[in-house]
Amino acid sequence: MTHVNSATDVIAPPRRLRKGRPEWLRGPALVGVIAIVAWVLVALTVPWWTPYDPLASVGDRLVGPSLKHLMGTDQLGRDVFTRTLWGSRTSLPVAFVVIVSSVILGTLVGAVSGFFGGWIDAVLMRFVDITMAFPPILLAMAITASLGPGVRNALIAMVLVWWPIYARLLRAQVIAVKQREYVESAEAIGVKRFTILRRYVLPMAYTPVLVNATMDFGQVVLLTASLSFIGLGARPPSPEWGAMITEGATQFYSWWIATAPGLAILMVVLAFNYLGDALRDSFDVKAGL
Amino acid sequence: MPFLLFGIASIVFLVSRLTPGDPLVTIVGERNLNNPEIVAAAKARWGLDQSVLTQYGHYMKNLLHGDMGTSFTTREPVVHDLWLRLPATLELTIYALFGGVIVGVTLGVLAARHRNKFIDHIARFFALMGSSLPAFWAGLLLLYVFYARLGWLPGPGRIDPRGVAPDKVTGFYTVDSLLQGDFALFKDSVMHLILPATVLGWGVVGIVSRLVRASLLDEFSMDYVRVGRAMGLRERTVVNQHALRNALLPTITIVAFTFAFLLTGAVLTETVFSWPGVGSYAVDASRNLDYPAIIGVTLLGGTAFLLTNLFSDIAYAFADPRIRLS
Amino acid sequence: MAEPVLSLRDLRVTFPTPAGPARAVRGIDLDVMAGESVAVVGESGSGKSVTMLATLGLLPKAEVSGSVRYNDTELVGADVDTLRSVRGRRISMVFQDPMTSLNPVLTIGKQMALVMKAHQPELSKKDCRSKAVDLLHQVAIPQAARRIDAYPHELSGGMRQRVMIAMSIANDPEVLIADEPTTALDVTVQAQIMELLQTLRVEKNLALVLITHDLGVVAGSADRVAVMYAGRIVERSPVRDLFADPQHPYSRALLECLPRLDQKQEVVSSIGGTPPNPADLPTGCPFAPRCPMALPSCTQAEPTLVRFRTSEVACNIVSGGDRAEAQA
Repeated sequence: MTHVNSATDVIAPPRRLRKGRPEWLRGPALVGVIAIVAWVLVALTVPWWTPYDPLASVGDRLVGPSLKHLMGTDQLGRDVFTRTLWGSRTSLPVAFVVIVSSVILGTLVGAVSGFFGGWIDAVLMRFVDITMAFPPILLAMAITASLGPGVRNALIAMVLVWWPIYARLLRAQVIAVKQREYVESAEAIGVKRFTILRRYVLPMAYTPVLVNATMDFGQVVLLTASLSFIGLGARPPSPEWGAMITEGATQFYSWWIATAPGLAILMVVLAFNYLGDALRDSFDVKAGL
Repeated sequence: MPFLLFGIASIVFLVSRLTPGDPLVTIVGERNLNNPEIVAAAKARWGLDQSVLTQYGHYMKNLLHGDMGTSFTTREPVVHDLWLRLPATLELTIYALFGGVIVGVTLGVLAARHRNKFIDHIARFFALMGSSLPAFWAGLLLLYVFYARLGWLPGPGRIDPRGVAPDKVTGFYTVDSLLQGDFALFKDSVMHLILPATVLGWGVVGIVSRLVRASLLDEFSMDYVRVGRAMGLRERTVVNQHALRNALLPTITIVAFTFAFLLTGAVLTETVFSWPGVGSYAVDASRNLDYPAIIGVTLLGGTAFLLTNLFSDIAYAFADPRIRLS
Repeated sequence: MAEPVLSLRDLRVTFPTPAGPARAVRGIDLDVMAGESVAVVGESGSGKSVTMLATLGLLPKAEVSGSVRYNDTELVGADVDTLRSVRGRRISMVFQDPMTSLNPVLTIGKQMALVMKAHQPELSKKDCRSKAVDLLHQVAIPQAARRIDAYPHELSGGMRQRVMIAMSIANDPEVLIADEPTTALDVTVQAQIMELLQTLRVEKNLALVLITHDLGVVAGSADRVAVMYAGRIVERSPVRDLFADPQHPYSRALLECLPRLDQKQEVVSSIGGTPPNPADLPTGCPFAPRCPMALPSCTQAEPTLVRFRTSEVACNIVSGGDRAEAQA
């Protein structure tokens, strides 16, 4: 056993050398990272420092932006700015859970499919093909509607829609990496197949998945808001960005009600897109699908 | 392809059975559950008294006959509803797609020719905005500015609410109005298209321009581009006649993906602009938990995606001589 | 003596790299007379291709200094329109890999037409077509009238290179630069392509600049040879003299690499070591680390080209020997 381990170390896959700030972390991508970090901090700490209760009427109704209410108040006299900040406490955790669950599920399926091949691969990939044939929002809508509206069900629906992307991506990578020499030589000296998959193949195959997951984070934030806007995700009065825009749409001339959450979505999604774009260029990864 | 269609239908069947508890709720709706007559009729019609496998068989058979059930809200067969609303969506989608592809290719070429210059950064911002903007919010904002505030463009809908829709020939108002020689109506329908098509097409611009830029940059490093320059071709000729031809090949493939993106966008855009298409139908259905309608739209979306995929494969084969001739 | 059509003076090309400036070409002087054939020989990385690309201003990212004159036109630092009027019209180029030098999605006729129209915009589609067929005949492509509508992937490698050559002479240039024109081809085809180039040179009074790493190609097809190493010319000789009596140790080493018919050789020898990194050149003679006869003094100063018999050589030992000879 020790013998195998030492041999493993000798031919271990090459690791990327890292020193200083990575090349992609500059310009707009850096601004994007700062914006993301700022929003995460807001989401974590907002209950302790906002002056207003997001659910309570704290002023006159439908008052435009002022120093007292930075983004005005809505039709129930609630502070729009506070509600928008609170909105991050739904969107960010939901998107995080969706992405992480999808990556885990997709990794399992993709790795098994790509590494073992054969009929397992055929069955799993047909299933992936079929799922990916649906426009994401339609399938997510159908699943959420069937399960019943709500944030939890919307989340489940989004995972069900999203994981095949990573499964397909990882499978392609695993197949490519599997044929590299160091994997073959590890096989030749008798390293266990599962160990090969875990220590030799996955670390090398993971880059595109991570890059795509970064870009998709923004898209999931967008999809969450969309489902809420339609009425399938978070419901009023909860301070969720999509739901807030729905409410704002009914108060068409009080433009600030919908503007604030819209800008919040735009900021977060744009930040992730800039980051993902820089990562994609830097790691030379093609977009999923 | 037939397998995928079959698979899509199966997934949709699976989804429709996701409902916790009695699938009857899905079919007849909660309020009818107490009506034994309706329940019995539905049970018989959908064979709910039989095993799941038999039900699945029935479902497939009905589907083959073009039966997707009856919408709760419109009380019409779902197929009928979809057929009625499809032209509105197609008209919007096609204008958005064409506009988006034209602007996207132009922007992609500019960005690639001026790589890492000011133009490139502007193009990148414009493109990433396209895939970052929540369509429903952008629509609201544009309506507020251009309709409510400035009054330059008309409000929601396909035509002025006082106007009369043209006789249905193609279902495209811009085409039908011209067919009956009504230029005022044509202008009205075009004006109504501008905002929703912009919202929808912006996303296409984002996808297409990034792709064209990336593949053009790949082509620029190819030998034939250097040969073209060495032969004294103008830079414009090198880009437009040589490199772009090759760079557009992957763009054809992305059109299928873009179409799915458009359907996604249409769902939200149509809602904001009260566009009487399939997308707003799907949203109304979701809001009312009108299951047969939701399922029907989902099925339509999946099938449309498959068809565009097939179409793009064929188009690709035509555009690439290496495939065409082999 | 006649004026050269193409004349390089102290041409220098530097690429900015993260590891510092890479001096790929470090002061090249080269004259090409009308209708003559000059070969530039060296290993890959010696700077021979870069020299030629810089001649036509095809290296946008490089810093180029010195002078390149085509007749009376200065090309270094020339504006785009001037360069464009020379490229493909006065000085044309054939590249190494005919597989990638042609655009895969355009017919060869269309590609040739684009080249003709670039300099003769007045030509009609029909003119272009008949001229293209004519050119394909000249480069000995059978069934030219039909081949003109073929896509590159339908032709063999040799055929594609013929198309490339046809394209490069479409605007009747005076100078043709052929950058490793036969390297990517089968051995039997190589000879045919070289023969074609020679025929065209004589028929059209073309000046031919042949860039190659293969001295074997040079033997039958060039009048003069310039041997390049690490961005400089280290020896310049009439081709006959180079083969009979190479002066520079590097030329000698290159010749020894050629398989010879008159000697039974078990192994084709090669030069030990690798060419120096242009971003990190050694002091003194850049060939010294690989030179079998290097002296300690060779790492002190870099030699310059000095006339020696019929040749010019940049070698401390050879020119030192020259002095010794002269003193004797």
